[in-house]
Amino acid sequence: MEAVFKMGASRIASAVNAGELSAKEVVTAYLERIAELNGKLNAYLHVNSTGARRAASSVDDLVVRGEKLNLAGVPVAVKDVISVRGLPITCGSRVLRGYVAPYDATVVNRLKRAGAIVLGTTNTDEFAMGSSTENSAYGASRNPWAEDRVPGGSSGGSAVAVSGGMATAALGTDTGGSVRLPACFTGLFGLKPSYGALSRYGLVSYANSLEQVGVFARSVDDLALVYSAMLGADPKDGTTTNFSWSIRDALSRGVEGLRLGVVVEMSGEGIHEAVSSALSTTCKELERNGVSVGEASIKHMGYSLEAYYLIAMSEASSNLARFDGVRYGEHPAFEGDWNEEYSRVRSLFGLEVKRRIILGAFALSAGYQEMYYGRASRFRTLLIHEFREAFKQFDVLIAPTSPTPPFRFGEKTQDPLTMYLSDVDTVPVNLAGLPALNVPVGTFTTDGTTLPLGVQLIAPYGRDDLLFTVASQLERSGLSSARVVEPWGRIV
Amino acid sequence: MAESDHRVMIGLEVHVQLNRLNTKLFCGCRAEYQGLPPNTNVCPVCLGLPGSLPVLNKLAVNHAIMVAKALNCTISRSFNFVRKNYFYPDMTKNFQISQYEKAGGVPVAHSGWLGFANDSLERRIRIRRIQIEEDPGRLEHPEGIGSSKYVLVDYNRAGVGLLEIVTEPDLASPDEARVFIQKLRSVLEHLGVCDTSREGAIRADANVSVDGGNRVEVKNISSYKEIVKAIEFEVLRQTKIIEAGGSVSRETRHWVEAKGMTISSRQKEEEQDYRYFPEPDIPVVSLDEDALQRIFDSMPELPDARAKRFVEQYGLKSYDANVLVLDKGLADYFEETVRLYTNPKTVANWIQSEILRQLNEKKIEINQLAVTPGYLAEMLHMIETGEISGKIGKRVLVEVANTGLPPRVVVERLGLTRIADVEFIRRVAEEVFRENPDAVEDAKRDQEAVNYLIGQVMKKTRGRADPEVANKVVRQLLNGG
Repeated sequence: MEAVFKMGASRIASAVNAGELSAKEVVTAYLERIAELNGKLNAYLHVNSTGARRAASSVDDLVVRGEKLNLAGVPVAVKDVISVRGLPITCGSRVLRGYVAPYDATVVNRLKRAGAIVLGTTNTDEFAMGSSTENSAYGASRNPWAEDRVPGGSSGGSAVAVSGGMATAALGTDTGGSVRLPACFTGLFGLKPSYGALSRYGLVSYANSLEQVGVFARSVDDLALVYSAMLGADPKDGTTTNFSWSIRDALSRGVEGLRLGVVVEMSGEGIHEAVSSALSTTCKELERNGVSVGEASIKHMGYSLEAYYLIAMSEASSNLARFDGVRYGEHPAFEGDWNEEYSRVRSLFGLEVKRRIILGAFALSAGYQEMYYGRASRFRTLLIHEFREAFKQFDVLIAPTSPTPPFRFGEKTQDPLTMYLSDVDTVPVNLAGLPALNVPVGTFTTDGTTLPLGVQLIAPYGRDDLLFTVASQLERSGLSSARVVEPWGRIV
Repeated sequence: MAESDHRVMIGLEVHVQLNRLNTKLFCGCRAEYQGLPPNTNVCPVCLGLPGSLPVLNKLAVNHAIMVAKALNCTISRSFNFVRKNYFYPDMTKNFQISQYEKAGGVPVAHSGWLGFANDSLERRIRIRRIQIEEDPGRLEHPEGIGSSKYVLVDYNRAGVGLLEIVTEPDLASPDEARVFIQKLRSVLEHLGVCDTSREGAIRADANVSVDGGNRVEVKNISSYKEIVKAIEFEVLRQTKIIEAGGSVSRETRHWVEAKGMTISSRQKEEEQDYRYFPEPDIPVVSLDEDALQRIFDSMPELPDARAKRFVEQYGLKSYDANVLVLDKGLADYFEETVRLYTNPKTVANWIQSEILRQLNEKKIEINQLAVTPGYLAEMLHMIETGEISGKIGKRVLVEVANTGLPPRVVVERLGLTRIADVEFIRRVAEEVFRENPDAVEDAKRDQEAVNYLIGQVMKKTRGRADPEVANKVVRQLLNGG
């Protein structure tokens, strides 16, 4: 039998349902793997050894009783901004050190009900603010592909867990690219669903109007399986919606006749040539399969980054106000008046978080609100309109996920603007609420280091199914594949 | 009071708790939080725990729309919620989910009015806007504000639905404010959206200005009873300053209930920047005409319509009808009594005189009064059948109110039944005649002396003698019978 850590979710679930493999064996294998690798990779902040073993035996009990569970025994990792009942949730921050989530996020609850087992919580940039996990209060995660390269962020821990074979699939969150970018940097499939497709209940808000829970997996099938288990409107999240498509059907549908638009504003200047070549390879492959390829233009896309950061920081400044130490979280001794007390607690935030709170508060302040937040919101409406126009001519858009391959640790930490620019290709999708998917497309070797490449597919709002149809074709034709990688760069 | 000639302008921001809802505004916790141990009526949502999201209570929207309609407002066909950001320990998220008319916000309703009669003057107080928002938790200062070393927080109330009703500065006197609040309470009670007698159900901030001075905002008025007191104090304070040639500065003051006075907020109130922006977790609420119409159709009878009906159905005078409907409890009490004793005018008279007197003396609400509609009707029957006199009736009512015993029991216990025994009354009258020979002499010519003698008979029987019998007996005795 294949090593358990290399098996896909569908494979594990069917083996466990058939009684060929017990969930307990799966969990044991994964916990060993985590023990072996996490020290090097820092993917997990908290490993749920006891809880995972207990969950595994109850899945085994259900299977013995004849129940068939879609995710029977499938081990998953959950980004440390999503609540898992009984597990610590720190959001990569000192502010929440010691806080244990008292309830399950809806997505976690649905995964558990489908038989999935939460192995632990994974590293993130503090409150999901960053593109490399270097902003985590608990140290950066490492990219198994190369010792000196970042895994991308903010859901870097989840990406590394899946890439390193320490989880079959993982949940991340994508506010401005935080699933797609690390998926791209670690060679995985990474989905950012349509806004409202997945419940945000239990996800600690950074920028509510932009973010969605997303999924990392090593195959389109696994991605579909895990995503399907979480879909459906949630009475606890008023922004969720039901969609009528079935991902299963989408996987088996052909791509012939689909119209693919290459977003010109994202694929011209400033793009690393390896990325450009991955993009054109992908287009050619799809063309071979009967897809027509043309150029799509989102004329005002160039303002996206500014608009994105204004909105994200504004919402963040308000969302993070609740972390005052009064009700939960790390709390130094009570001293002085409220203002002093609050200041002391909130000084526990890291530099980047403080920067975003201050800039966000400024963008919302009287006299500036209209100029900054107001304008950004209006731009957002314009961008949605331009995407809608583009989707009149194209079924799916394609663009780089990142202008460059994974960058080095420390390369962008000194200059926040440079770091923000890593998100230039991903944020328009969040502003418009669209579904997008990073597909791994080959590798690029420089100075003896091999790095993964990826491109993102973007579909109209509510048409996540189209992403699966196209990605599935790319996987079938052998262009897209995600493999387990061990430090540093050993593909297994 | 010394309002003298200075024109007074009062505007109110009334906070009405939507305490007839089962649940809070954004979660499933109970809207009724009174009397529970601290921090037991809470959940991740109203505690603002990381990851929790608000989900709008649809019934709260219906209640808001009913109030808006009753207050003749323009109802927004599409509205949203905003975040009002400020740090305060009674706030679980350090922002309040509210509504606003700027910064991309659209409140549920605006531009309405509430009418009432005051001193035979038809008044219309304009409503600027109505907004839906969440109540914060409650702070408890164990040793009093300012002197406590620490503060306790109870979040049982956090997230309860509130309506903020903002008026234009149209109220011209504390008395008008009193009638306005009464009428508003009656509207809310009729709609069934607020039990206004519950603690904290109605709170207000008042903007008070007297000609020649600046606008002063009075905050922290924590019950409807205090609103008039606070305004009266503030009008008097400002008038005195102006009449003494001083100037009233623009400021925020707090109503201190225990001291019965407003106190300047010690710190200089900085212009708060609430950094409003649309609440991203609650989708815009859109109402179609059908949905609105269904809400309107479901609305119960309102005070004005009820007063009109009282005039038509029961033949009450318009003034009396309006007095009754100003308090839903009183109007209900009236109709219940009328069902049991079908002389509406008599019932209305008794309510407006004796019943209201009891409420004022006891400082209670009608539903706390021991004289139930059944008891009142029973007593009115006793008067009608001559078992007791009207005068005795008043005494009986007081006793019933004090003891809670049925009128019949009270009458029996105190021996208050009417005496119609001619022989008994004759013996009493003879005694009166012996004691008042002069009056007897005068009575032969002077009707007033006759009445005096009858009065003495009544007095000796403590009002229990049947006046007609007494009258007859006295006249018979005078005529030598």
